[in-house]
Amino acid sequence: MSKIKSTLIGIVLLFTIWILLAGNSQQELLFGGITVILLTLLFQKKFLVLEDIKLNPKSISYMVIFFFVFLWELFKANIDVAKRVISPKLPINPGIVKVKTKLKSPLGRAFLANSITLTPGTLTVEMKDEYFYIHWIDVKVDDIEGATKSIVSNFEKYLEVIFG
Amino acid sequence: MDSLIYNIAAIIAVISIVLTFVRMILGPTVADRIVALDGMTIIAISLIVYIAYFSNRIIYLDVAIVYALMSFIGVIAVARYLERGI
Amino acid sequence: MPLLGSIITLIGSIFLFLGALGIFRMPDVYNRMQAGTKATTLGTILFLLGISFGHAECGCLGKIVILILFVIFTNPVSSNALARAAHFAGIKLTKRSVKDDLGNDNLENKGGEK
Repeated sequence: MSKIKSTLIGIVLLFTIWILLAGNSQQELLFGGITVILLTLLFQKKFLVLEDIKLNPKSISYMVIFFFVFLWELFKANIDVAKRVISPKLPINPGIVKVKTKLKSPLGRAFLANSITLTPGTLTVEMKDEYFYIHWIDVKVDDIEGATKSIVSNFEKYLEVIFG
Repeated sequence: MDSLIYNIAAIIAVISIVLTFVRMILGPTVADRIVALDGMTIIAISLIVYIAYFSNRIIYLDVAIVYALMSFIGVIAVARYLERGI
Repeated sequence: MPLLGSIITLIGSIFLFLGALGIFRMPDVYNRMQAGTKATTLGTILFLLGISFGHAECGCLGKIVILILFVIFTNPVSSNALARAAHFAGIKLTKRSVKDDLGNDNLENKGGEK
């Protein structure tokens, strides 16, 4: 069952990429693309990671919300970087802190780590099991719980619904 | 009017490539140089797309995609090398 | 429409410049990565979107979308791999940094094994 689901998600993803890349003008290109996608999915195992994505109306609406939240955070991160870089004294207070995540699925953790890297003032350095080590450009709190609350929980509440 | 603004944007991008290049020359460690190189390639991708549109050769967009792929793989390879040797 | 596209491109190039300035000015490799990754990602997105807004007639928006998605997904991955490798290779944080949990934990693990 999970294999069918991950294969279907894989076909949709790869076919979208193929359409974007080749255009939909020529029919031979479309059939060739479908053949290559099916062959690819036949001889692989790693697409099983896609089964973590939940497909119900709530999670799909959360995906859309997560996309816009992510763009807004990326914009804020850039304003933050711009302020720090332009000011002559370089107002930084860096350090590596440790945070804990509640997510179980590997794909969800990967999304969380990438989102953390693109949000204001944080950069994921290392992942060990459920602990992330994060380089924070302006360390405000000292303990694990405080850092988790101010870095991770903003994205975690969306990713928890999407990936479980 | 708009082509003037596009040209100013391209000039700013070229200036930023020069800045990252200075950091690549100066950088005290290998990781500094690779970070500067990564920034350079990403700015260069933007410039390749600019050239593709303004010399009317859309085929250059494929060059930009392949360049992005190669720079990603190169950075990953250097990171592996720093970690435990190839 | 071309004017809007050109202004978006100009904003993107300013972000690219700020990222390059960050790479140039910051004191150690981790801070350089912070500035470099974030600013160049948004800068590239805006630059490419602006150019394709100004020239909508060629119908190659698909490749631009592929490039933008590729940059969004691979830029943080490569900087994460590089940061981990740099920390593993023993590159020090700058003297202004306040704490290093990862280094402390690694030291504790080595002490436990002995």
